[in-house]
Amino acid sequence: MTDSFLIGCGAGFSGDRTDVAEPLVEALIADGRPSALFFETLGERTLAFAQIRRSDDPETGCEPLLEEILAPVLGRCLAAGIPIVGNFGAANPGAAARLIARLALAAGQPEARIATVTGDEVSGLAGDLSALGLDDRLEGARRLAANAYLGARPIAEALGRGAQVVVTGRCADPALALGPLVHHFGWSWEDWDRIAAGTLVGHLLECGSQVTGGYFADPGRKEVPGLERLGFPIAEVAADGSAVITKPAGTGGLVSPATVKEQLLYEIHDPAAYLTPDVVLDVTGVEVAQVGPDRVAVAGARGRPRPETLKVTVSVDGGWIGEGEISYAGPNAEARARLALEVLRKRCSGIARLRGDLIGVGSVFGDEGGRFLEGRRGTTEDLRVRIAVEDSERKAVERALREVEALLCCGPAAGGGARSAIRRRVNTWSALAPREPIEAAVEVSVRTADDPAGAAPAEASHV
Amino acid sequence: MSETMTVRLHELAHGRAGDKGDRLNVSVIAFDAADYPLLEAQVTAERVAALFDDRRPGRIVRYALPRIAAFNFVLDGVLEGGVNRSLNLDSHGKTLSYRILDLPIEVPAARLAAIRQGKESKGET
Repeated sequence: MTDSFLIGCGAGFSGDRTDVAEPLVEALIADGRPSALFFETLGERTLAFAQIRRSDDPETGCEPLLEEILAPVLGRCLAAGIPIVGNFGAANPGAAARLIARLALAAGQPEARIATVTGDEVSGLAGDLSALGLDDRLEGARRLAANAYLGARPIAEALGRGAQVVVTGRCADPALALGPLVHHFGWSWEDWDRIAAGTLVGHLLECGSQVTGGYFADPGRKEVPGLERLGFPIAEVAADGSAVITKPAGTGGLVSPATVKEQLLYEIHDPAAYLTPDVVLDVTGVEVAQVGPDRVAVAGARGRPRPETLKVTVSVDGGWIGEGEISYAGPNAEARARLALEVLRKRCSGIARLRGDLIGVGSVFGDEGGRFLEGRRGTTEDLRVRIAVEDSERKAVERALREVEALLCCGPAAGGGARSAIRRRVNTWSALAPREPIEAAVEVSVRTADDPAGAAPAEASHV
Repeated sequence: MSETMTVRLHELAHGRAGDKGDRLNVSVIAFDAADYPLLEAQVTAERVAALFDDRRPGRIVRYALPRIAAFNFVLDGVLEGGVNRSLNLDSHGKTLSYRILDLPIEVPAARLAAIRQGKESKGET
């Protein structure tokens, strides 16, 4: 590989391990070839909760662990010329950029160029939500946010203007890798097979350790060494878009054809038509091959022209969810637990929605109607009753959870360990929207760390 | 007539579940490409649909990826509204790959012996 580019992924979701980026950065620096590092921290509902936080405090709403994630590696990446791209801007890319500017100053890098990509928040544009065809679902619901999945073009644009850190809100996860790849190789945005190959690299890396042995181990069948010190992934990408997936030397985990195949199909529907903002990706021709220890070659992605629409996720207030649990063990435990569930159903008949589980007999595999549980008898005498309830009124949920507590005196014999928790709920609905009006409002802004508030006018541009 | 034995799919294949909205996908990947035809014949969309009958599924589609000896199952309407609506303890449906890996599969006895012997001699996958 004469001309190749390395890209590492330091987080696969908000809440991922925060001590994994250092070995990645050491490996990228030791390798010496041009490289970039990206972080994916924005799930389907993470953004809605970030919007709620921002409405309470305008300086919040970005990734809560941003400092813990970036502080250990930011200075070294800036010094070594390794750009960092992340959707850790969440609902507030500006606040994330200001925090990163402070970290850069602390690292002695006042000239660090930090970019924000904004315009994914389309509440204003999508004011007429009838265009999204979600009217029946959104009727009567309090709307919290509407965000479009942007593509890689604004990221590549920011890097082209010298950005060393690029902060985005909602964008398609693979775009976080595709942006740096297009910037480096100068691929045409209409070279669909190259754009598809870069998107595939992003897809394989975007969940972090899920391609390096995380979420894979099954003792006796799929062994993974060192799960407690997993290495996060690096892709060595060639100019034609083919890649080798690997991980830093000395870390735990495993890169094998099997780990790569599991991630290849993760969250894919039609494998011949994976829709992204940048390309329609076809993975049916992809081949994987072990080419060394913890090294797997991936090639054969094909692309077709990008869709005319962008995915928009609308978040609405979903009321309240409560969960309550209580344990039964020993002789006749299952009968006592089933009786407890029956009592709870009778006592909570006024609640909007209730689900009952018998952990140890049937829970996560079960359906909400209880059909799965009806047809089963357990083999254990150590069981936990669980209910989950939902209502638009907090008080109704609280009342239902008190019924779990009340089983301590009023329920079947020897129930113990009652616990309950209540939390706010956000519902999300997705639809496709025409891309032009959304993309026309996307803005890329680049500032230096010593001017985060914009005393000098920002170098803003539309893409 | 060769003798067959019944094993769980877990012995022949691995997989992972993913969710988007109320749609679940589960990959089923043969440990050994030689067993792909066996999976093709027995891990059908109909049998997978029957496993999820409790949840009253919508459309269920099986996509074939012979180059990597894998199938991708896409199941509509089995996540009780999806991660933000479900009351399931596992609101993403992440555990459901192992629901499919529980499927009983008929394997020729000679082939099963070879698989089990190979596993012992090679250690692992």
